[in-house]
Amino acid sequence: MIPEPLREKLKSQINQAENPREQAVNVMYEIQRHYGYLTDEGLQEAAAMVGATPLELEELATFYDFIYREPVGRFVLHVCDGVVCWMFHEGSLFDYMCRKLGVCAGEVSADGMFTVLPTACIGYCDQAPAMVVNGRFFGHLTPALIDEILEQLKTETCDLVLCR
Amino acid sequence: MYEQALFKNRQEGRPATLAEYRAGGGYQALTDTVNKLSPQDLIQALKESGLSGRGGAGFPTWRKWSFVHENAPHPRYVGANTDEMEPGTFKDRVLVNTDPHLVIEGIILAGYAIKAQKAFYFIRPTYEMDAQIIERELQVAREAGFLGQNILGSDFSFDIAVHRSAGRYICGEATAMVQAIMGRRPHPQKNVHMTDAGLWDRPTIVNNAETLACVPLVIRNGGAWFKGLARTETGAGTKLYCISGKVVRPGCYELPMGIPFREILEEVAGGMLPGSELKAFIPGGASTSFMPPKFMDVAMDIDSLKQVGHRFGTGAIIVFDQNTCILGATLNLITYFARESCGFCTPCRQGLPYILDLIQRLENGEGEEDFIPRLRELAGHMDKAYCAFAPGAAAPVKGMLQYFEAEVREHIIQKKCPFK
Ligand SMILES: Cc1cc2nc3c(=O)[nH]c(=O)nc-3n(C[C@H](O)[C@H](O)[C@H](O)COP(=O)(O)O)c2cc1C
Ligand code: SF4
Ligand code: FES
Repeated sequence: MIPEPLREKLKSQINQAENPREQAVNVMYEIQRHYGYLTDEGLQEAAAMVGATPLELEELATFYDFIYREPVGRFVLHVCDGVVCWMFHEGSLFDYMCRKLGVCAGEVSADGMFTVLPTACIGYCDQAPAMVVNGRFFGHLTPALIDEILEQLKTETCDLVLCR
Repeated sequence: MYEQALFKNRQEGRPATLAEYRAGGGYQALTDTVNKLSPQDLIQALKESGLSGRGGAGFPTWRKWSFVHENAPHPRYVGANTDEMEPGTFKDRVLVNTDPHLVIEGIILAGYAIKAQKAFYFIRPTYEMDAQIIERELQVAREAGFLGQNILGSDFSFDIAVHRSAGRYICGEATAMVQAIMGRRPHPQKNVHMTDAGLWDRPTIVNNAETLACVPLVIRNGGAWFKGLARTETGAGTKLYCISGKVVRPGCYELPMGIPFREILEEVAGGMLPGSELKAFIPGGASTSFMPPKFMDVAMDIDSLKQVGHRFGTGAIIVFDQNTCILGATLNLITYFARESCGFCTPCRQGLPYILDLIQRLENGEGEEDFIPRLRELAGHMDKAYCAFAPGAAAPVKGMLQYFEAEVREHIIQKKCPFK
């Protein structure tokens, strides 16, 4: 069972919409913010709340790349692999992050802090190479800057926004 | 130097406030509209303005809006599109961060023109901070009486809700977007006219955020004024061009529609980076073709590019230099498209991985001469797919084969990438 305060929050969110189904993505986001990912149990309950079958919600969960059906780190490093970023680093920054954190794409680092995922162009091409973490952009990335950002994120107690 | 209409209130570091927007004439168009203009007046002004969609397809805005029948059922909806997942494109993000109320006023006017009750502001998850700006400013607009019940004391009631997406490029395609908002798996739906039966089977128009932001300017200053902002007869208005890649000052700039690429590169973006020479550019996001330098003087507007066999797209220019392998760049693009395919139809779902495989093998030095005609054929098949996604994905492949075939062949002859 999802905890009562979360359930209440979801209910009020759903009530704001004319059609509960419009809130399907928001509800999945809330559940994954709470648990760190979209749990099976969370999915079942969310489906009932928005008036969909679990399978219908699974259809959405599996379609979108910002819905995580498995645990991820506290921060997901969404590293752009778009063509402009590619032009500036040719994939090496992604590999650098994986090496540094000792993970492959999608895995959680040993301290539970980080997951690295490749992401479609994030709309910061003028500051390539770029990544987005917990709603924040980081541009003009270099290995040294990445080291700095990771250290900073580890010590920060910032609130998680919608999509980690 | 260039007239700033959309970016009139641009400043470093923060979006314009409601007060700043109003000081420059903001919400005057809405006030005039609810007091004395009919929906038909708005559509007429848009017709004179020549405004066409800034989301990639370039469809005349007035025509789309006029498809909603006078006696069509209610409620009616507006979709404001800030999915912006076309690689190279970031204009809508900059626009929302510059003058959110310009976009908001545009959405309200669109609602008035088709007598809609509600709009959805559709936004991608990496733009969460921008979604929060929009939400905050929507509340400001509500409190000021520009949004909600009986706007400015009139009998027009209208509201806007932010709808957060959860990723995937196809959600920006208007019919898929409507599915996404309804909480359905977002595959495109080409069997209905959205202006008859879109969201919840009700009349719906979807417009790009930049298109919508042009509307208050047209209503405030007149269609002829807007049309006259363009550099060319074939263009209309200003355009938010993005330029990125190997240039000195990458960024998003408001420039007259129809400005040639050479001027954008040399005057606006400060030229190529030291040591870089122009090899190719993509004029309007990843689903438009590579263009070699011989096209530098073509006017960057929809018709002028069409005349030389190219698409304007979103006006997001990507600049490549002599050290970039065009095959490598195409490999990157086609990897993206193969991953983002919604999987609904076979030409796209099966064809793109096939193209990807051929290009990957060419890049690895394992290609053979007959890969070139096979790629050409497969890229041609993308026109058989269900939606415009697949032809867009094929555009850079076709461009590569048209202008850089010799470079592709070098990979076969040398049995390796000549740039590595
Ligand atoms: C695969 C695909 C992705 C699209 N993505 C976007 C997008 O992110 N933003 C956008 O405004 N239009 C996008 N479009 C175009 C929309 O389908 C639609 O034409 C546009 O939003 C209409 O607005 P406009 O007439 O104001 O340009 C996309 C189209 C396709 C085929
Ligand atoms: S062309 Fe691609 S994106 Fe469009 S419907 Fe077919 S599979 Fe989906
Ligand atoms: S290509 Fe990386 S942000 Fe656009």
